[in-house]
Amino acid sequence: MTELLQHLVNGLSLGTIYALVALGYTMVYGVLKLINFAHGDVYMVGAFAGYYLGAVLGTDRAPNVGLAALVVLGAMAICAALGFMIERFAYRPLRHRARLTSLITAIGVSFLLEFGFQLNPWFRRPVEFPPGPAPRFFPPLVDLGPALELGDATVPRMDVVGFLVAIALMLGLNWIVYRTRFGVAMRAVSFDSQVAGLMGIPVNRIIAGTFMLGSALAAAAGIINASSRPRIEPLMGLMSGLKAFVAAVLGGIGSVPGAMAGGVLLGVVEEFVSGYTSSRYRDAIAFTVLILVLLVRPEGLFGKGRVEKV
Amino acid sequence: MIRAILRSLLPFLVGAPLLALVQAYLPGDYFLIVSTIAINVVLAVSLNVVNGFTGQFSLGHAGFMAVGGYTAAKISLALVGVHLPFLPDAVSAQVSFAFALAGGMGMAAVAGFIVGMPSLRLRGDYLAIVTLGFGEIIRSLIENTSMLGSALGLQGLPPRTNIVWLGLSAIATIVMARRLAVSTQGRALFAIREDEIAAEAMGVDTTGYKVRAFTIAAAYAGLAGGLVGHAIQLVTPNMFTFIRSFEVVVFVVLGGLGSITGSVISALLLGTALELLRGLQQYRMVVYALLLVALMLLRPQGLLGTRELWDLPFFRRLPRLRPVAPASGGASPTEVRDEGGRGGAG
Repeated sequence: MTELLQHLVNGLSLGTIYALVALGYTMVYGVLKLINFAHGDVYMVGAFAGYYLGAVLGTDRAPNVGLAALVVLGAMAICAALGFMIERFAYRPLRHRARLTSLITAIGVSFLLEFGFQLNPWFRRPVEFPPGPAPRFFPPLVDLGPALELGDATVPRMDVVGFLVAIALMLGLNWIVYRTRFGVAMRAVSFDSQVAGLMGIPVNRIIAGTFMLGSALAAAAGIINASSRPRIEPLMGLMSGLKAFVAAVLGGIGSVPGAMAGGVLLGVVEEFVSGYTSSRYRDAIAFTVLILVLLVRPEGLFGKGRVEKV
Repeated sequence: MIRAILRSLLPFLVGAPLLALVQAYLPGDYFLIVSTIAINVVLAVSLNVVNGFTGQFSLGHAGFMAVGGYTAAKISLALVGVHLPFLPDAVSAQVSFAFALAGGMGMAAVAGFIVGMPSLRLRGDYLAIVTLGFGEIIRSLIENTSMLGSALGLQGLPPRTNIVWLGLSAIATIVMARRLAVSTQGRALFAIREDEIAAEAMGVDTTGYKVRAFTIAAAYAGLAGGLVGHAIQLVTPNMFTFIRSFEVVVFVVLGGLGSITGSVISALLLGTALELLRGLQQYRMVVYALLLVALMLLRPQGLLGTRELWDLPFFRRLPRLRPVAPASGGASPTEVRDEGGRGGAG
């Protein structure tokens, strides 16, 4: 029972991270029908942005709630800018070409971020940038005290806060997508971008906004994850990004609630299976779940099946 | 029929002695780069059969490479002390290497068939992510099998890969792709690429053809895996991550989807570029990434588009030995003309 509870707690903590990153994949896929392979690396950049902002603002020496919020917002802004640049310079010029070409630039941008961050530092003050290949320790942004005891299971307070922040962000996103003008425009573009353009929706601006929104969520996910599992490195976005994409497909790609459900589901399943069997199969679990779901229900859990017409 | 067979054999007959010459005179320093390029040619051209000819987006090439590489390595290690009777040592070693490569191809083909059967029902990005998933599962299984050396892999393979084997493998892959493109099977694949529903309506057994194309491509990926293992005398699971699959997709798209010569040229260009960039040390991969983005922005259709090298205006103006029927503009593989030798093909 204790073990079950512990795995559930870990799974939820991991799952919300996947869900936040998966939202970025699913929204971009919704509007562009493009797998944004660079998204996992935006998540990595978000974690590093949090690390650097923490160092500049001094939360690594004296954890502080107000400054921590500032760090998270700052990292989200930085990643939103990065997302905008990626869309503007790597994807927009190729939007009317075969989709495979954008995929190659996505891989190119992904390599650029991964290997760019692995370079030796150019400058050392105020912070060492680029960080270089060695993993770094992410200092806690807030000091929360000892972990909670839930029966015999231990629940780190950071995980609880991270979970709540993630849920708040997802609710916020839900509000944006379903209750604002921008959200309506976004859903219209994802439904049919050409017709949306004819109806006077500024398609380019909406797509750029979608990228910024997704990237900001990825940055928050990067910081939440680094606060719970404080090891950050330039290649951390590779596998996490891929699994988050799997989560998006699992929930039905293009569907916002699907990405949330898929992310949480994937995180919990991964923790349970690797907890009860061998953790060495961790990476294979996500893909096995994906293949099983896709073979039974190719449109994903929440996706709408499309009837094919000639 | 006989003519088709002769035409397929010609490149081997011409290539073998040339390769033997190169093998004899090439300085040892260049072996690694030549082997990298040749293996990339095998990978790119075979993946082009799935991604370019058939229009199915596979991201699992590295998984099949791993199956082929490990099978060949296992066979090689089992045959290390075995001498075939009546044959000199050197010949015996080459025969056992051929056996290992064939075994690797066979196993990879079986894996391709098993993976292809369920996943080819899916389309587009779903297929991409499922093939990627299968590739990662294969790697994960190998990593957790102690018989295959777990994460450390298999070491101490005999260094059998040489220029002749590399060259012949590349030629074999190119001839396979070329013969496929001009056969009934190839036409069916192009039909599927252009419009799957229309192809099915015309009576093309789309699933069957897709699975066959996938199996063939997987077999050649297995060949590449066997070659790479015996070139560096080692196979580890980390050699076959999905990054490797991405690399191959990059070759194919950059060369032009469906263009065999395009794949060859981009494998050559990127392989050479990576080698030339070695002087930049830590900036090498950064520059490579920039190069990739820039090339794609400048030539979104790939270096050659869907054309082949000999479709380019420059080559069209060269004198021909035999009169060729003038191709109507914008030649694509779908318009490839086969002079004779169609009887019974496919």
